[in-house]
Amino acid sequence: MSLVLKFSLFFFFLLLNISNSFSAEKQEKLLKQSWSFDGFFGKFDRASLQRGYQVYTEVCSSCHSMNLLSYRNLSEAGGPSFSEEEVKAIASKVEVLDGPNDKGEMFRRPGKPSDKFTSPFPNEKAARAANGGAYPPDMSVLVKARAGGPDYIYSILMGYDDKPPKGIKLEDGVYYNKYMPGNKIKMAQPLNKDSVNYSDGTLATQEQLAKDVVTFLTWASEPHLEARKRIGFKTVFYLLILTVLVYLVKKKIWLSVEPKV
Amino acid sequence: MSGKDSDLNSNNIKPVHTNKVGGSPFKGVVGWIDNRLPIIRMFKYEYLDFQVPKNLSYLWSLGGILMICLIFLIVTGLVLGMHYKPSSTEAFISVEKIMRDVNYGWLLRYAHMNFASFFFIAVYIHIFRGLYYGSYKEPRQLMWLIGIVIFFMMMATAFLGYTLPWGQMSYWGATVITNLFSAVPLVGKAIVTWLWGDYSVGDSTLNRFYVLHWLLAFGILGVVIFHVIALHIVGSNNPSGIEPADTRDTVSFAPFTTSKDLFAMLIFLLAFVLITMYAPNYLGHPDNYIPADPLVTPAHIVPEWYFLPFYAILRSIPDKLLGVIAMVSSIAVLGLLPWLDLSKVRSSVFRPIWKQFVFLFVLDFFILMYVGGMPAEGIYVLIARVGTVYWFLFFLVIAPLVSLTEKTLPMPNSIHEYEDWKKQGRIKTFKIF
Repeated sequence: MSLVLKFSLFFFFLLLNISNSFSAEKQEKLLKQSWSFDGFFGKFDRASLQRGYQVYTEVCSSCHSMNLLSYRNLSEAGGPSFSEEEVKAIASKVEVLDGPNDKGEMFRRPGKPSDKFTSPFPNEKAARAANGGAYPPDMSVLVKARAGGPDYIYSILMGYDDKPPKGIKLEDGVYYNKYMPGNKIKMAQPLNKDSVNYSDGTLATQEQLAKDVVTFLTWASEPHLEARKRIGFKTVFYLLILTVLVYLVKKKIWLSVEPKV
Repeated sequence: MSGKDSDLNSNNIKPVHTNKVGGSPFKGVVGWIDNRLPIIRMFKYEYLDFQVPKNLSYLWSLGGILMICLIFLIVTGLVLGMHYKPSSTEAFISVEKIMRDVNYGWLLRYAHMNFASFFFIAVYIHIFRGLYYGSYKEPRQLMWLIGIVIFFMMMATAFLGYTLPWGQMSYWGATVITNLFSAVPLVGKAIVTWLWGDYSVGDSTLNRFYVLHWLLAFGILGVVIFHVIALHIVGSNNPSGIEPADTRDTVSFAPFTTSKDLFAMLIFLLAFVLITMYAPNYLGHPDNYIPADPLVTPAHIVPEWYFLPFYAILRSIPDKLLGVIAMVSSIAVLGLLPWLDLSKVRSSVFRPIWKQFVFLFVLDFFILMYVGGMPAEGIYVLIARVGTVYWFLFFLVIAPLVSLTEKTLPMPNSIHEYEDWKKQGRIKTFKIF
């Protein structure tokens, strides 16, 4: 028994070291935040998700697409919990290219909840052309696609500095960011105090905006996070009880072989 | 003897028995079926009455755990396959669609992903068990060889599976590994093109990798059946390395081994559930959530954690062809062990010198795993080379040398005596820390 435990622990810590080694670049330590979705019972802060969606639409979405999400996702369980009416209203504000119709022509119509989020650029080339050659990555799974996840995105958003340290030359359209690998980024500082007007009265400080949008992006990457943690807890609970019972059964069975133990 | 029989004999005619109905220990309907299809009695003999050494430790539970892993992988893979699209334009999106829109698709996909990792955790402990207790020795050599074949097939299947989500690491991992074949003299380039079905890793590569991933998964199942049949012929080894002689040495498979294995499986499943439900991407690489892009090479191309030791061996040799040969032979050399280790004593419990080298080998494995994940530069190259040298030294030199010169400890005559010695403190059993 103890042997198996020791072995699994040993393996576990080893793996811990190894996955750390993946991101072993000499880099600034990320700004670690405590997130509402952390931990065994983590849940997304609904108000923060809704505010984060607002930050995404008003700021990020002018350059970043979110191809894997549909408007309907916004009202689904475990997400920002907009009502279906609200989602219909949100979707109807965008224009979607549809078709061809019976005459063989493409046409524009107001969006429906089943439509995917509209993209700011028709294709990658157009996006690069508009952004000095850099391609703003799609944000659907961005949090999962970066070592450090939410803390990394938060750090990038907070990591701008007008006065870069001496010795760093910045070309035109390139900005200094403490947390970006290589410290150079082609995205101008996206979030400033009051970039967005929150309707619920929350103060739109830079920290608050960053936190809200990262919460939203984490949900976008992991829309079933809440269900996963909920089912995970139930499963662990069930397995623990079953394991204890099986252990007792095993002990009883082995009594005839090892009467003293 | 009757006159008729002697007639048969004199004409060299022998009776035949094409009809073998009968012999079932069961009655009624079960007996009727079993007389005609003897799988029920096979199950009884091989899984209920089957005698197993009574001193097996939990390290012997890994076999059953591996079987569970394989079955779970096949079942989750089956359902994932119903939703996945093996095309370079759709693969990444279809995986994300499984994660988002398929009912419990996220669970299936995360479970499949992490079961692959846990499969390797279990198989490494399983192989270590065989190494430490000499399970590869007479009469279990063939079983050991079949095990190595399974391990090779597992690696191929895992590699193929890792390309399927078509993320950056999928794409570049596939590029690096398939390019290894170009090291083959003369026909290397042709082989690579043949593997790809194209002039670069692309749509046709993904499509065939998907088919092969399926094929190999069931191939593993087939070879595992041979492994198990062989086990039921030669019987389980045990920590003492002494063959059981009478009923004082054994217990029957059910309910003793089954209850013990079930407990071990549940502990294993608990660890699996904790990782899958609370840190599902922990064992993966974040870059694989970036869609494959043939124009952008990731900063470091690293394989999955379970390939790192062999990746380190590959990179430790400056020549490509020799590197590939070293990597393949680092696993194949395990197959020679039954003939390189000449000691008559199986268990390391009685082999004080060999035991030290086995532990050193385990350490070497972890060190190689660590440097395999680091960039191939500076001190890491040196460490990888030392690790690689020890790896081969262990099998090719240390094993025969130690087995010929080592003075083994006095051994008990039977398993029940071994158990008595253990209680008296005359035997130091295995403790890692």
